[in-house]
Parts: sequence; C-alpha cells; structure tokens
Amino acid sequence: MKTFEVFKGPFLLAFLFAVLALLLPSLFSNYYVGLAIQIFIMAIFAMSLDVLVGHTGLPSMGHAAYFGVAAYTTGFLYMAGIKNFWVVIALGMGLGGLTAAFFGLLAIRARGPYFMLITLALSQVLWGIAFKWRSLTRGDDGLPGIGRPQIGIGIDLKPDPHFYYFVFVIFLIVLVALFILVRSPFGYTLRGIRESESRMKALGYPVWLYKYLGFIFAGIFAGISGVLWVYYSGFVNPSNFSVDLSVKALLMLILGGSGSLFGPAIGAGMIVLLENLVSGFTERWSLVLGIVYVTVIMLFSEGIFSGIQRGKS
Amino acid sequence: MAFWIIQTLNGLSFSMMLFLVAAGFTLIFGLMKIINIAHGSFYLLSAYIGLTVLRATENFLLATVASSIAVVLVGMAMQRFFLRRFHMKELQQVLLTFGFVLIIADLCLWVWGGNPVALPKPSLLKGSIWIGSVVFPSYRLFVILVGVVVAVGLWIFQEKTKFGAIVRAGVDDEEMLRGAGINIQMVFTGVFGLGALLAGIGGIIGGPFVGVFPGVDISMLLLALVVVIIGGVGSLRGAFIGSLFVGLIDNFGKALFPELSLFTLFAPMAIVLAIRPTGIFGKIEE
Repeated sequence: MKTFEVFKGPFLLAFLFAVLALLLPSLFSNYYVGLAIQIFIMAIFAMSLDVLVGHTGLPSMGHAAYFGVAAYTTGFLYMAGIKNFWVVIALGMGLGGLTAAFFGLLAIRARGPYFMLITLALSQVLWGIAFKWRSLTRGDDGLPGIGRPQIGIGIDLKPDPHFYYFVFVIFLIVLVALFILVRSPFGYTLRGIRESESRMKALGYPVWLYKYLGFIFAGIFAGISGVLWVYYSGFVNPSNFSVDLSVKALLMLILGGSGSLFGPAIGAGMIVLLENLVSGFTERWSLVLGIVYVTVIMLFSEGIFSGIQRGKS
Repeated sequence: MAFWIIQTLNGLSFSMMLFLVAAGFTLIFGLMKIINIAHGSFYLLSAYIGLTVLRATENFLLATVASSIAVVLVGMAMQRFFLRRFHMKELQQVLLTFGFVLIIADLCLWVWGGNPVALPKPSLLKGSIWIGSVVFPSYRLFVILVGVVVAVGLWIFQEKTKFGAIVRAGVDDEEMLRGAGINIQMVFTGVFGLGALLAGIGGIIGGPFVGVFPGVDISMLLLALVVVIIGGVGSLRGAFIGSLFVGLIDNFGKALFPELSLFTLFAPMAIVLAIRPTGIFGKIEE
C-alpha cells in the first residue's frame, strides 16, 4: 500500500525535479551550479543522519564526526598522491563506518539526552584533535588545495558542471540505497525500535545490534558526503568536525521533516540556500543565521512538511 | 620537583575554573535535561563584559557583579521565553541553544573584535607567592580558593536549603513536585539563571589566565562535556571530581605532549563510558 502512495502523488514532482536537476547547468550560472552541488552533498549528509534520528529514534548530535573523518581521509590521501575516486570513497566510507562502530559501542547504551550528550562529546573531541594536532592536520589552517578526483572513465571533473552531474548521480545512488534500506525488513525493525524498544525486545529482536548496525550505516553514508564535500570545496579544516555541522544537519531534519525520505533533502536545500542568501547580503550573517535558527524552531519546530502532511491526514 | 608543583597548581587552578563552568552545565542538565550548547557562550559574554567594565573602572569586584547580572538575565530570558516552550523536547532545545551560540558569538565579535585578550588581574593579586622554593602567581591560588568556596557554597545550597531540596526533588521526580504545589517553572528559570551565573563567574576568573577569544565558547563547552561525562552528568560531586581530573590531565597533557593533549582527555572519557556509561557519580538508569 504505502509504496504505491509514495509513487502516486509526488511522482510528477519527482519527474519535474529530475528534469530541473538535469538542465540546471545549462540554465543557470556556475554560482547556482555550486549551490546545487552543496545541496546534494548536504542532502546526503542529512539523509544519513535521518537513518538514526528519524528511523531508529537515536538523536545523534555528533554526526559531523563521520563527515570529518571522511573529509580528512580524502585530504590525506590526496596529499599522498591518491586521486582515484573509488579508492578514496571506499576508504572514506570505511573509516566513517569504523569511527561509528567505535563511537557506537560507547554511545548506544545511553538513551535520549544522555545519548545526545555522549555523541556530542565524542565528535567534539575529534574536532579538538583536528584543531590541536598541528603536525598532522595543520590545525586551524587545514589542508588546502585538494583537487578533483579521477574516476577512470575519461570524464574530467574539474569544471563545476561536470562535477555537478557526478555528485547528482551519487546522490541518486545514495537515495536508492537508502530507499532500499528503510523499506527493507531491517528498516522496519529500526522503526519498530523507535516506536517501542521494549516491545521489539519482547518479540525477540536483538535491539542493541540493530541500533548498532543502524549507527554504523549512518556513519558510512555520512562518509560519502564528507568525501564529496572536500572535492567540491578544495580544502579540509576542523570545521568539518564542528558542532555547527552536526546541529545544522539536525535543523535540516527538523525543517524538512525527519523519518521521510525526501524530507531531509528538502531541509538541506532550504538551509544551504538560506546560508548563501544571508551571507551574500550581510557581514553579520552568523548573527542573522542564529536569529533564523531560533525563529524557525519557535515557529516551525514540527517541520514545515510534516505539518502539511498532518493537515492532510 | 618544581615543575611538578607548579604544573599541579596550574592544573588545580584550571580545574577550579572548569568546575564553575561544568557545575552550571550539570545543574541545568540534571534538572531540565537541556543540553545547553550555549553554556560556553555565558563564559564568553561574561568575560567580555567584565573586560569592558575593568577597562573603564579597574574594579574587579564591580566587573564581576556587572557581568554576573548580565549573564543571569540572558540565561533566565533564554529559559523563560524560548526553552520553556520545549520542555523535554531535546532536539528543539539543542537547536535553540545553538541559535544562541551563533547570536552571542557574533555579537561579541562585533563589539569586541576577534583578537584574543586576557582580562587584567585584580591589583591585589598581581604578585607571586613563595611556596617552599617555588614561586607561584597568587592569582592562580585565588582561583583555586574561589573554586573551593563555590563548591562548598553549592553543596550547602543543594543539601541544606529549601530551594536546594526543591531542585533535588525536581531532578528525581518532577511530576510529584508539581503535585506538591511547587511552581516548577520558577525553579527552572532560577536554576537556568544559576547555571549561567556559574559559567559567567568561570569567564571572569578564567579571563586573566585562559583569556577570551572567539571560539573559547565551544572549547569551554567541550571541556564541560568531558567533565560531566567522566564525573556523571547531573551530579555536582561528579562535576567537582571530573573537573579535578580533567583540569590536571589537560594541564599535564599540554605540558608533556602539547599536540596530543586531547587524546589524554579522550582516553579517560572513553574508558569511563565503556565501564560506567553514566559516569563515576551518575545515577544508573533503568
């Protein structure tokens, strides 16, 4: 039933979105192509977090940890002369997942606010290490001058429109992968845990293991966004680990509505556009953004789109 | 030998400053379950306001009073007008407090600029004291004293006063407290103000030796998080022990392995989490 409903109503919208996405580089200037790249990468990041927040009910506050680990992996590999995208993405995802596997052991036993506190602390420690271990990470200066990768099929990713299509394809792959994941028995089990952990336990599900695997999956997918981000922006620095990034992803979920497939992506689009808009017209954009965050939470804290959905049903 | 004495005293003074910040964080979390990301912002704001008052009047006491009033008002307003509406909605609370981090940090950058500054020490405490054969700045000893006095004061407040009893009851069972006819919202606002005050005092007494600069808000938040995770979140005793631990380790770590000092912080935190997820003095959850 539900699967059909997903396709029925928004099918036209999805089609229009695909056409717009395909034509975007020929319709708009490179500035907007850059924005679209940012949106797709942040959408991957937000969707990966939603596996935890929306589907498993684990409100992680340290999701930047896996983004950052993958980002630094990309930077170090580039400096070591490794430019093959497939090698880098495999290592970025692997190390993102490995970090999640380690943090998950420490964090998953805790619940609710305690879980949030621990995930925040763990990611903040990575931020601190990136900041302070200057001989390795160059501290606040970060690693500049990271060029675009090679993908081995004769397409040059240096021009932004090319890179845009590449990121778009990866976004679609991630979208499909996550769609399969959340519609699989595994995904239903995660949502079962979100709704009632004790019931799932009583049914004989190894709840801890499911949560732990969900945690690792989220880390792996976040790794993809970290790798792409570095190739887009061209540098790595400790802000890739920052609480700003983790919280921003949560805001995307709240705005777009978490627990849905497109919600986080829409939230990502809104936040990226908003940030660029605000930073374009005032030097005090950080202040304005803070005010926007507070206003958004005060007015639309249940999510703009989930609000609409509830109105419908 | 002198190295160890000086570094231990340095570590202890840092610990006591940290205790003020972490105690505020843990009080707020213990009662309201709010992860106040803006907690370090109280440190930042207080230190800057203190700096301005000190430059104008050269009176340390006046600076302390002025910045304390300011952060208490800001903290109480945050709770009263914003966070109150989202009681027990952790995500919304986190995002709201993050909005305040951005606002306060950018306002401070606007007003006070981006260069690191140290608050001038009070003139009485500018000198040094001989401890055996070691010369030690008297200001650092003063910080240790302030930390101990505040710790004792908080203990008396929590264990011996009626308001403290109400707060303890609220931590254990908020609904019962409501049922007993206590205006819990007043308690929440009050405790949020107290938490802000403690971080604010941390900013004033930490200002002369830690300094104040953009980013110190997030650094303080990180240290407070490690402290409360090691000590057990919600527990003042845990905050005290955790601060001693973190302050000393951080100081020796910085002195002995400057680049890897965060690993020396991270390792104990990971070990505590692995063995006792609620921290040394934290309550064991069901």
